[in-house]
Amino acid sequence: MTRAFLAILKRDLALASRAGGGGELALVFFLTIVVLVPFALGPDLNLLSRIGPAILWLGALLSMLIGLDRLFQGDEEDGSLDLIRASVLPLELAVLAKGLAHWLTTGLPLALAAPLLGLLVALPGEAMLPVAATLLVGTPALSFIGAGAAALTAGLRRGGLILPVLVAPLTVPVLIFGVSASNAALGGTIPFATPFLILCALSLAAIVVGTLAAAAALRQSG
Amino acid sequence: MTPSSDPILTLEADALTCRRGGRLIFADLSFRLRSGEAIALTGRNGAGKSSLLAMLCGQLRPEAGTIRVEGAPDVAPVELSHVVGHRDGLKTALSAHENLAFAQALLGDAALSPAEALAKVGLPHVAALPVGYLSAGQRRRVALARLLVARRPFWLLDEPMSALDTAAQAMLSGLMREHLAQGGAILAATHGPLGLDGVREVKIGP
Amino acid sequence: MASLIDLANPTRFMRYSAVLLPWVAGIAGVLLVVGFYLAWFVAPADYQQGETIRIMFVHVPAAWLAMMFYTMMTLSALGTLVWRHPLADVAQKAAAPIGAAFALICLLTGAFWGKPMWGTYWVWDARLTSMLVLLLIYLGIMALWRTLDEPSQAGRAVAILTLVGFVNVPIIKFSVDWWNTLHQPASVLRLDGPTIHASMLWPLLILAVGFTGLALVLHLVAMRAEIMRRRVRTLTILEAERLDRLSAESAPA
Repeated sequence: MTRAFLAILKRDLALASRAGGGGELALVFFLTIVVLVPFALGPDLNLLSRIGPAILWLGALLSMLIGLDRLFQGDEEDGSLDLIRASVLPLELAVLAKGLAHWLTTGLPLALAAPLLGLLVALPGEAMLPVAATLLVGTPALSFIGAGAAALTAGLRRGGLILPVLVAPLTVPVLIFGVSASNAALGGTIPFATPFLILCALSLAAIVVGTLAAAAALRQSG
Repeated sequence: MTPSSDPILTLEADALTCRRGGRLIFADLSFRLRSGEAIALTGRNGAGKSSLLAMLCGQLRPEAGTIRVEGAPDVAPVELSHVVGHRDGLKTALSAHENLAFAQALLGDAALSPAEALAKVGLPHVAALPVGYLSAGQRRRVALARLLVARRPFWLLDEPMSALDTAAQAMLSGLMREHLAQGGAILAATHGPLGLDGVREVKIGP
Repeated sequence: MASLIDLANPTRFMRYSAVLLPWVAGIAGVLLVVGFYLAWFVAPADYQQGETIRIMFVHVPAAWLAMMFYTMMTLSALGTLVWRHPLADVAQKAAAPIGAAFALICLLTGAFWGKPMWGTYWVWDARLTSMLVLLLIYLGIMALWRTLDEPSQAGRAVAILTLVGFVNVPIIKFSVDWWNTLHQPASVLRLDGPTIHASMLWPLLILAVGFTGLALVLHLVAMRAEIMRRRVRTLTILEAERLDRLSAESAPA
């Protein structure tokens, strides 16, 4: 069973590194959003640095949605999903492997790139680490909430259009606590740990709920 | 560890009814697929051949009726079955070998190695090639090589002969004969002959 | 012009480029060594900016090359769409990562230069911002190349995108200038222009030519690799089919 789990993980990582996976596209999109915001707000570095964590979080959230629709759709189209359904591995664990691979190729690079992009919005030095840390623990929630929605839309041809509409409202708590934890690190009345730990809890809950929901949706489809 | 030493397994479908989009596709369909037996599933287009296969694979819930495996009541039928549908289930960016190794890890109970399986379907030379480079017939044969990398008693095949030339069809018939001789069972939705002796025909629909 | 048409044949291109490569590489190497020597040891430190002025010797050529490669890609795109030149999409595919790399070098050196000058790694200065947008366009083009796997189809699609991008570049530049002046009066240091002292101008020019040579070498190597990659791809597919026929012929016997 471990072998099957690792096989899915390894295959998805290999696919991401070969033919134009979603990970690098998500990074480019992240950069694009961070570049677009100052065009709308003006190049005032003081203003940008104040709302820097919010820009980075919003950018990362939207970037996570890029390519999320392909999480199960590709497997559904070429019949690999039938193979996964026929495997000895419970579908929940298969979803967990795929969600983990998605996070490793999308969420993790976004979190690591965040401090660099922070330079663009003049994020204060002491905020870089907290922002990266909040993204690091917050993006798994996005991957797995997204996995649930991606499983629901796997069989739909226009799933890519519906998916962000489904996912966005569910990500509200993650966004709230991600940004407030980052802001707390910049000073303020609440200590950093309070929203940060809630964010961790949200992520853990999303991993469980998202995995179960996605597996249920995949069982039912077809 | 040959399949014949396993307990005798029988795939049993009892009074299956299928309804899709409000339309009754078939009703009260029953059959038993015994060890060493091959069933050709026939019927005109739209009679529900693929729907029946989807039910056997657990992708589609029957409106009524049950599917179970006699001799292994706790296991879902799909976990004892190989499924090769009209979609090949291959990743074009991965090589033929990687695809088969993945299937082997996923399906468990390894039989032939990916290289041996590829040799058996007559494609030893494409092992390292990305599947995207292969022709439709070659892809089909790589998909069929999946039947050989893991040991499972039931082969559920959807139009297995499509996209294969005569030589490859003969090769597949040979593989199926071997599987039956080892105590396996085959259910194939097909329009044409399977090249096997003593195939029982189950006709769906009027 | 005749020689250009001769080069249209990929085989001939491979032969000529193999001859040309060591020469361009040698000249670029010499120029870079001389240029860097002059820039590091001969050119004086700026009276205002001190030693950091030396970043300019990499920064400015990188900016030139980032723009030059985009222009070259536009010409290649025309070659693909209008003249259906068989090497045009190869040239264009090979150019995109190199152009993007120089844009990135330009931005990074800009950031390292900006830190001591402006006290921050990044300001939304009109020229830096335009370069950032150019980098984004490069990345988009590279992403499109990676997503489409059939080379001829990808070539046409990317050519169209490149041309749209080219038409857009002046508009983007104009809008960014407008946006920038709207928000902050130009307080950014003016570094280049003819006022630059000769002791700095010479190393800069030599380095610019040297970097251009280096970029050409990279471009030729990348083009050769791409041609090889396509040949390997075609040959493997053909070989797989041939072996298949052979085994099919021997099997029934």
